[in-house]
Amino acid sequence: MSDEIDQSRRHFLTVATVVVGAVGTVMAAVPFVSSMEPSARAKALGGPVDIDVSKIEPGGQVKAKWRGKPTWVVQRGADAVAGLKKIDGRLRDPDSKEDQQPKYCKNEYRSIKPELFVVVGICTHLGCSPLYKPQPNDPEVSMDWPGGFFCPCHGSKYDLAGRVFKGVPAPLNLQVPPYKFVSDAVIRVGEDQGAA
Amino acid sequence: MAKITSEDNDRDLIDVTGGWLGGLRDWIDERFPMTEFWEKHVSQYYAPKNFNVWYFFGSIALLMLANQIVTGIFLAMNYKPDATQAFASVEYIMRDVNWGWLIRYMHSVGASMFFLVVYLHMFRGVMYGSYKKPRELLWIFGALIYLTLMAEAFMGYLLPWGQMSYWGAQVIISLFGAIPGIGEGLSTWIRGDFTISDITLNRFFALHVVAVPLVLIGLVVFHLIALHEVGSNNPDGIEIKAKKDKDGIPLDGIPFHPYYTIKDLVGVTVFAAVFAGVVFFAPAMNGIFLEPANFEPANALKTPDDIHPLWYFGPFYAILRSIPDKLTGVVTMGGAILMLFLLPWLDTNPVKSLRYRGLLYRRLVIVFGLTFFVLGYIGMQAASPVYAQIGQRFAELYFLFFLTSWLYSRPRSRNYLVLTFVIVMGAISVLDVIGWDPSEVQLKLYSWLIPGVYCAVFMLLPAFFPRLNQPEAVPERVTVGGGH
Amino acid sequence: MKKLACIALLALLPLAAQAEEGGVIQHVNTDISNTASLQRGAKYFANYCMGCHSAQYVRYNRLGADLGLTDTQLESYLMPTGGAKPFDTMVSAMPPADAEKWFGRAPPDLTLEARSRGTDWIYSYLKSFYADPKTATGANNLVLPNAAMPDVLWELQGVQQPVYRSEKGEDGSDRQVFDHFEQVSPGKLTPAQFDQVAYDITNFLSYTAEPIQLERRALGLKVIGFLILFFLFAFMLKREMWKKLH
Repeated sequence: MSDEIDQSRRHFLTVATVVVGAVGTVMAAVPFVSSMEPSARAKALGGPVDIDVSKIEPGGQVKAKWRGKPTWVVQRGADAVAGLKKIDGRLRDPDSKEDQQPKYCKNEYRSIKPELFVVVGICTHLGCSPLYKPQPNDPEVSMDWPGGFFCPCHGSKYDLAGRVFKGVPAPLNLQVPPYKFVSDAVIRVGEDQGAA
Repeated sequence: MAKITSEDNDRDLIDVTGGWLGGLRDWIDERFPMTEFWEKHVSQYYAPKNFNVWYFFGSIALLMLANQIVTGIFLAMNYKPDATQAFASVEYIMRDVNWGWLIRYMHSVGASMFFLVVYLHMFRGVMYGSYKKPRELLWIFGALIYLTLMAEAFMGYLLPWGQMSYWGAQVIISLFGAIPGIGEGLSTWIRGDFTISDITLNRFFALHVVAVPLVLIGLVVFHLIALHEVGSNNPDGIEIKAKKDKDGIPLDGIPFHPYYTIKDLVGVTVFAAVFAGVVFFAPAMNGIFLEPANFEPANALKTPDDIHPLWYFGPFYAILRSIPDKLTGVVTMGGAILMLFLLPWLDTNPVKSLRYRGLLYRRLVIVFGLTFFVLGYIGMQAASPVYAQIGQRFAELYFLFFLTSWLYSRPRSRNYLVLTFVIVMGAISVLDVIGWDPSEVQLKLYSWLIPGVYCAVFMLLPAFFPRLNQPEAVPERVTVGGGH
Repeated sequence: MKKLACIALLALLPLAAQAEEGGVIQHVNTDISNTASLQRGAKYFANYCMGCHSAQYVRYNRLGADLGLTDTQLESYLMPTGGAKPFDTMVSAMPPADAEKWFGRAPPDLTLEARSRGTDWIYSYLKSFYADPKTATGANNLVLPNAAMPDVLWELQGVQQPVYRSEKGEDGSDRQVFDHFEQVSPGKLTPAQFDQVAYDITNFLSYTAEPIQLERRALGLKVIGFLILFFLFAFMLKREMWKKLH
């Protein structure tokens, strides 16, 4: 039995054991970390929601809840849609450059059909739910109010396409969720247009 | 033979004597005894070099404690401690939570493996006399850990809120009712209600998740501090600190790091493979780790045919059930646990390890192991007159082990041994007459042979053949390789 | 090592103590890797059982994924009409309060039945219904005497009667012991075909009780394989470090 210590063999084995051990430790940690991701129940409860828009009047608002968030469908009316371009100068992000909407809503109406607007009703400042103020020049908001959404918490204002005004605390446009038209009367929020 | 120190080995993987890492170490050491602690308790803590397989179970037990805590935390993220939601939340974990099934099985299998490891760890202590002076306090802390662990497991088992959870808790808590005077009030106070209910569930959750684990961790820390104060025992039962070299290092000692850190790593790996085998291939262990009755939600109006606790409580449950009178049963069961605490003062034989205590003592220890095993088996069976009688007899054997250990503490004369035999068998016979039931005459007479043969072998035999109990010569230095 | 051998031998005792219940309970070897059987069992469960029984911990989409069914197949064969979404759980339409009124006790949820009563019990139970004019449902069950559940599979199995034989009991008296079932009127299926139905349902319930079974065994092999690999390194390192000592 040799009394010599083979340093290099010892070193190699130590490194090898530590490396394999580290790999094993990471693999063992994966289930625990992954268990904190949304569970099947969370995903089920966060599933798509169908909204009936067959009876919505011009200027009307249908409220629903998607993933625990207030989600609205608003019937803007042709005039309001036509007026959207005119106020571009007053908005922080008129062309929707920030990622607050699905690809198919990155247009001037921020929606699939121009008159029906789907939006998540949570102010991008600190999370309050804004009020729907469709009336132009509504005295409760301001004198040159074009119609839109007004957040009472800190005064943030958005137009009828959910675009945020300059000079208000909110930094981003209101979020448009993924949605599609299952039929002319039903909008499904939570599933993308073109998805199966 | 040259002494072995940690410096004899090659340099550490990372050379920390210089560079910014060394600077960081020095900064910490000026404010916190990091290196001092590492050297005192790990790299320059000397343990006997002759540890065998039985010495793996301490570090494995520590690993199991960590396992229970980590898996427990993640279970508590999803579990609902409410009688209407608890059962469903466990199934939620098993199905909807990513990897929830694995975390749950690691926890439930982990509990059983924890006890298996702890029993093997305790048995090592019995074999090698690790409870003897100066390690009595170490043993006491261990017994307290065992007791606390039983409480923790008991409360944890209520949480799934299955039929066995509910009814097992109902039975065990009602035992407190046997205490005269304060019994009923005590049971109600523990439950927080007049019967096991949602209130009980919630408080057991708080105790199981927070209070008792803190106590357990504290006791384990004390256990390790006590160990490091006196140093480990070893399979030969000799004190390695008795023979030191000129630098004060025990001749038969080796530094814990790197020798036992790496050796324990091997032991842990083998154990992990066994653990994985159970978790992935037999997590319910055929109804022993996860009982079928517990897959049915708790129903206060329907009692299962057979109520019993999990296997690790088996021996004490058998002792409890073997005595028809409730209070006497509770007291006897308590006495059985108390015996563990008294062991250091019962067995005061100066020879520590069973290797050198003579043939008869070795057989005695084996029989004790078997007794524990048989009692555990009986504890898991449905109650029957035969099992109750055998349970009684093996309960007697359980207590007889401690009595015989005391008896063997010193050389005894022939007369002393014969007298002890007569007194013990007389006492057992008197107990038999007191609990006389005419329908069981045959059973009682035949089973009387169990303690009868035991006492004949361990008391009469050494009376007439003293060589059987003669200790062998204890070596001066530890022996390595071979032996048990 | 003698100690360990003794302990190991005694460890086998509990396994040996699985007592047979006599001829009434038959043993069945379920096999949840048999996906076709599970699919049939799911269909039978949806058609014959879900009228009263839920499997409330089973999600349709998980069932579809595990059994290889598409959403369309789920909707056509398994999901009740109107309302249920793939991410919903298998809940019976029968209101529990009404069920309790009609049957005396609410039909229990069956998700975990295979883990609480066992597959042998379920298989035998499904096959042990017989005609009994004295009960409210006109049927009784040898495995669960006076069961409140009607014989829902009678059209498939037909009607049968138990036949008893005499046996001397331990105290010398005569006892009636179940011998076999006799077919009184045939059902749509032959006995062998019906046995398959009972098997498929039992197999399905074995799956619902623990859907992760197959995955966990597969993963177990990989984990143990890895541990063996790690053991080799750790052991070689240990031997290397300990070389100088002896």
